[in-house]
Amino acid sequence: MKYVAEFRDAELVKRSAELIRAEVSRPWTLMEICGGQTHAILRYGIDELLPEEIELVHGPGCPVCVTPLEQIDKALALAALPNVIFTSYGDMLRVPGSGRDLFSVRAAGGDVRVVYSPLDAVRIASENPDKEVVFFAIGFETTAPANAMSVYQAARLGLKNFSVLVSHVRVPPAMHAILGGEHNRVQGFLAAGHVCAVMGYWEYPSIAERYHTPMAVTGFEPLDLLRGVLDVVKLLEAGEVGVVNSYARAVTFEGNRPAQDLINKVFQVCDRKWRGIGNIPMSGWELRPEYAAFDAERRFDVSAIQSEESPVCIAGKILQGQLKPPQCPAFGTLCTPQHPLGATMVSSEGACAAYYHYNKADLLSEVKHG
Amino acid sequence: MCLGVPGKLVELYKSGDLLMGKVDFGGISREACLEYIPEAKLGDYVVVHVGFAISLLSEEEAAATLAVLREVSDIEAELDVRPGELQT
Repeated sequence: MKYVAEFRDAELVKRSAELIRAEVSRPWTLMEICGGQTHAILRYGIDELLPEEIELVHGPGCPVCVTPLEQIDKALALAALPNVIFTSYGDMLRVPGSGRDLFSVRAAGGDVRVVYSPLDAVRIASENPDKEVVFFAIGFETTAPANAMSVYQAARLGLKNFSVLVSHVRVPPAMHAILGGEHNRVQGFLAAGHVCAVMGYWEYPSIAERYHTPMAVTGFEPLDLLRGVLDVVKLLEAGEVGVVNSYARAVTFEGNRPAQDLINKVFQVCDRKWRGIGNIPMSGWELRPEYAAFDAERRFDVSAIQSEESPVCIAGKILQGQLKPPQCPAFGTLCTPQHPLGATMVSSEGACAAYYHYNKADLLSEVKHG
Repeated sequence: MCLGVPGKLVELYKSGDLLMGKVDFGGISREACLEYIPEAKLGDYVVVHVGFAISLLSEEEAAATLAVLREVSDIEAELDVRPGELQT
């Protein structure tokens, strides 16, 4: 497929790894912020292709992983209500709340439906005027344009039975939290390509400067990932700080302006708690007061829920790049994708799930033959 | 959720007041909202996330990225040097 196959070219992948090897003179620790990239790195064995001086640590960019437990528990309570159709991205259904997940609510008779696009949830609401339709509006900047449009459309259509449970997070405040943390090991960032496709990367140079940490806006194919690493390593080796766009076919400095405009019309910045990490100031989006009528937390009383996290799970340290999944005593034994203790073992973007799925495979063969 | 897949725009239409399209992902076709890429034309490649096109892919930039790597590769072959021996 165009824009995919050529960025998996085995010869160029090997060549890129050699170019990186030629640049490296000492150890560097880089973080890929995006969980989708963590999966791609393990799937294609990129970590094994890199010279041993380069360590990749995995960041918190997994939306289902950082959605706070309290919001999951609210979702479970809403989904169990008799007149509610609860709609969600598929990834959320197996995320453990306090003792159960959306799958088990559905098994117990709750009307829980997976939607591909938030517009599907709007359609379900217009087709079921006698039901309350709630959409679980989670994610980073990549889902925000879609989630914002669902609210905007519902308002334009005059729907009275549609609401959203919002749990939106933003990348730049998380970068501040990681780089400013006392246990920080990150010396360079691979910035998440599709977050930047929406938001641009105009917010990043000031972060890079403040923490003396170079960054490369990075895509998702093997060559994109290696190119991102190469560009960051070049900056590190030269002692330079800057932000390089290593994914220029999809990302511009300004980003997608129509998408940013609608996000800002529907949402406003707020403090947000991240599961396993804690509160990060100004790191979330919530509905603007003009759209308060679409806020599921106002429409339904879900405030008195007690939440309780698994005491064994180390997802918080994994999400901050302090530990890696195999360092968890529960990894692969007490905690598996079928029976996850923490959200990082669930999703197609969770670091624990990536290690579980790909670690046993022959990592290099897919790159050689793919 | 953030992976986003590039696909080819094969159909354009309106659904209600929304600009929509059909996007082909190597044989699998899905509907995508095009409100954020109103300039997209048939045959363009777009990155789609949760049913929304968020980025129009640039053929020139894609070619430029690959060209840099291929060039290094070709020069090394021409000069018969070991891979990685040339500095860029």
